[in-house]
Amino acid sequence: MSAMSNNNWSRRSIFRAAAGMAAAGTLAACGGNNGRGGSGGSGSGPQLTQYFHAYGEAGTEQALKRYAAAYKKADVSTSWITGNNFESALFAALLTKKAPDVFEFHPQLQLVKSGQVADLSDIIDPVKDDFNPNDINSHTVDGKIYGIRMIDDPQFFYYRKSMLEKAKVDVPTTLDELIEAAAKLTTSKVKGVFLGNDFTAIQNTLIWSAGADTLDAKNQIAYHTPGVIEGLKKLRTLFTSGNVLLDAPTDFWDPSSLNQGLCAIQWGGMWSMPAMQQALGDDLGIFPFPKIGSAGKLSVYNGGWSIFVNAKGKNVDAAKEYVKWLWIDQKQYQEDWATSYGFHIPPRTSIAQSATKLKSGLPAEGVKLFTDYGHFDNIGFDQTMITAFNDVIASSVRKNGDPEAALDACDKKVNVELKKLFG
Amino acid sequence: MSTTTTRGVARPAPAKASPARPRRGLRGNPTLNFWLFTGPFLIGLVIFVFVPIVWSFWLSFFDARYTVTPSHFIGFDNYKQILTNSNFPASLVTFTVFAAFIVPTTWALSLGLALLVNQLRFMRAFFRSVFFLPTAVSYVAAALIWKMSIFNGVRFGLANTVMSWFGVDSMSWISNPSPPWYWLVIVTLRLWIQAGFYMILFLAALQNIPPELYEAASIDGAKRGWQTFRYITLPQLRATSTAVILLLLIAAYQAFDEFFNIIGTKATWAQTPLMELYKTALGTDQDYGAGSAGAVILSVLICIVTLAQGKIMGFGGGEEK
Repeated sequence: MSAMSNNNWSRRSIFRAAAGMAAAGTLAACGGNNGRGGSGGSGSGPQLTQYFHAYGEAGTEQALKRYAAAYKKADVSTSWITGNNFESALFAALLTKKAPDVFEFHPQLQLVKSGQVADLSDIIDPVKDDFNPNDINSHTVDGKIYGIRMIDDPQFFYYRKSMLEKAKVDVPTTLDELIEAAAKLTTSKVKGVFLGNDFTAIQNTLIWSAGADTLDAKNQIAYHTPGVIEGLKKLRTLFTSGNVLLDAPTDFWDPSSLNQGLCAIQWGGMWSMPAMQQALGDDLGIFPFPKIGSAGKLSVYNGGWSIFVNAKGKNVDAAKEYVKWLWIDQKQYQEDWATSYGFHIPPRTSIAQSATKLKSGLPAEGVKLFTDYGHFDNIGFDQTMITAFNDVIASSVRKNGDPEAALDACDKKVNVELKKLFG
Repeated sequence: MSTTTTRGVARPAPAKASPARPRRGLRGNPTLNFWLFTGPFLIGLVIFVFVPIVWSFWLSFFDARYTVTPSHFIGFDNYKQILTNSNFPASLVTFTVFAAFIVPTTWALSLGLALLVNQLRFMRAFFRSVFFLPTAVSYVAAALIWKMSIFNGVRFGLANTVMSWFGVDSMSWISNPSPPWYWLVIVTLRLWIQAGFYMILFLAALQNIPPELYEAASIDGAKRGWQTFRYITLPQLRATSTAVILLLLIAAYQAFDEFFNIIGTKATWAQTPLMELYKTALGTDQDYGAGSAGAVILSVLICIVTLAQGKIMGFGGGEEK
C-alpha cells in the first residue's frame, strides 16, 4: 500500500512537472524563431533583419544571403517568406517588436502616410540622375524619396512562334484579334491563351490599353471609361469562349503553362524569360497587351520590387547605411540580382547599359517593350483600390455581372480610400 | 495483515516529518494544485483569446490602419463601413447558406458511417481508423491537392480524366463560377476531412446506448431497422447530435483555409466572413479598425446562434446546474 501511495505521488509529480514545463514551453516559444543567427549574417555591429518574398528562380535566396554576408558593418539576417501571402507576413511583422529593419515591397502611399517607411532622399539624391526617372517618381511623395527600386519587371505576352505559324495567326494588336487568335490556336490539347487563373494580372494593362488610367494627375478616378467597359465585355466573351486556359496548376508568374504546352500564348513577367528560353529555344516571342477600342494603345505593366527601410525600427541609421551599401554602391551585386537568375531590368541606367544579357535577342525586345509601352505603378493607387478593382474583374469577367455596376461599386470603395489619403 | 501494519506505521509518519517533506504540504493544497494544472492553459486562453477579443473591441472604434495602437477615435464609422461599403454582409449570407447545407450533410454522413462501422463484426478498428485518418490532414494540404491535382482545369487533372472516359470535355472547376462547380470541390473536401471525426463521436455515443433498450423494444414488437433507429437510437444520440451540430455550425462560420486556398481572395463569390476580415485587417489593406468591427459582429452572431441553439435543443443545461 505504501508502494502504491508512493506511485500515486510520483504520478502527480510527473503531471505537475509536465504542467510546469508546458507553461515554460509556452513562454519560451514566444522568444524563439526570430529569424536571427545561422541564416547568413556574418558581420559584426548591430543586427539587422531583412524581409524578402520567395523569388521563384533558383539561386536567388543564396544570392541575397551572399550579398548580406559580404556586408561587414552589421549582422544582416534574411527572412525568405514563402507562400503567396508575403504582404500579410510582412505587415503583421511590422507591427511587432521583431519587425524587419529592411524590407522589399511596392511603393504605396499609405506606407508613407502612416510613417512606416523612412525618407531615403539623402542616400538616393547623389545618384538620382542614374535612376530611371519613372522609378524615382513612383517613390516620391512631396519631394522626398521613400524607397529604392531594385528591379523593374515588365509584364507582357509570351507566345509560341511555331503554334501561331501553324494556325496561320498574326501577332494580335487588338483585343478582338487576340480573341480570334485564341479561337484559332485552341486544339484538343492546347488552349489558345493563358491570362493567369483569375485574370487580375492583366487588370492594369486592360485599363491602359483602353486608353484610360488608374488615377489622373489630380488623383481622381480615371479608369471608369467606355473603353474599359468595352474591354471588360470583350474579356468576358474570351473567358466564356473555352479558348482560355483556366485552373492551370501554376499561375501567370510561373513559366510552366507555356513551357509544358498547355497554351500557345501566356501572360507573364520578364523574370520568366530565361526559363522559357531554356525550355523552348527560339520558339518564343513577346508582344504587349493589345489595344482596346478606337482610343486604345498598346501597353505593358512595369511592375517591380523596391527596398524600404522601416522608419519605426530600432536601427534606422544602420539599416539606411546597409541599404545604401547594397542598393546604391554595390553595382556588381545589383547587376547580378537583375540578370543572373530571372531577367529583370536594372532601374539604374549605368547598370542597364552594362548588362550584356539584356542587349540582344528576346531580352532586348523585352527592354524595348518596357521603354516604349510600359506604365509604372501609381503610388496613390494603393492596395485597397487594387483589391476593389479585383472585384470588378471577378464580377464582370468571371461572373456575368454588368461591368457598369461593377465599376460603380469599385468607385465607391476607391473614393472612400482617396478621401482618406488625399482628404 | 502486513499491509495494515505498514499502513498504520506509515500514516502518522508524514505528520511528524512534515517540515522535512514540504511536498506533502503541496499535495495537500488543492487551490495551488488547481492553479498549477489550469494555470498554463488559462494563461494561454487569456493571452490568445480574451486579450485579443477585448483589444479588437477597442480597435473597432478607432481609425487603425497599419497600426494596432491607434489614437484617432472615430466612433461607429468602422461598423458603418463594414456593414454598408464592403463585401462582409454578403459573405454572411453566403455562409448561412453554406452552413445550412454542410451541417446537415456532414451530420448525416458521419452518423451513417458510425452506424455502418458499428454494425461490423470484424475489422471494426481498421475501418474506424481509415475513416478517421483524414482528420489528421491539414485543410491547407488537402486544399492544394484538391485544387492542383484532383480538380485542376487541364486535361490531365484527375476529375477531368475521369470525365473524359465518359466523353465529357475538360472543364474549369474553380475559376468559372457559373455553373458553381467550385461548391463540389469545397464540399467534398470538407466532408472528407470532417466526417471521420464526428463519426468517432457518434460511434462512442452508439456504444453507450444500453442494449437493454433494444431488448425491451424487440420484446415490445419494434422491428429492427428504421423503427428502432427512429425511436431508440436517434433519441439516445440527442446529446451527441446537439454537440456535433453546434461544432459543425461554428466550424462552418469559421471556414477559411480551404476557401482561401481554393477560391482565393480575388473573387466576389464564396468569400467566407473570415476571409473578408482577413482581407480587410491582415491582408494588404491593413485596416485593423474595420476588420475588428467585423470580428466583433461575427463573434456576437456566433454567440447568438450558439445560445439560441442551446435554448432550442437544450444543450448545456441539466448536469451543470
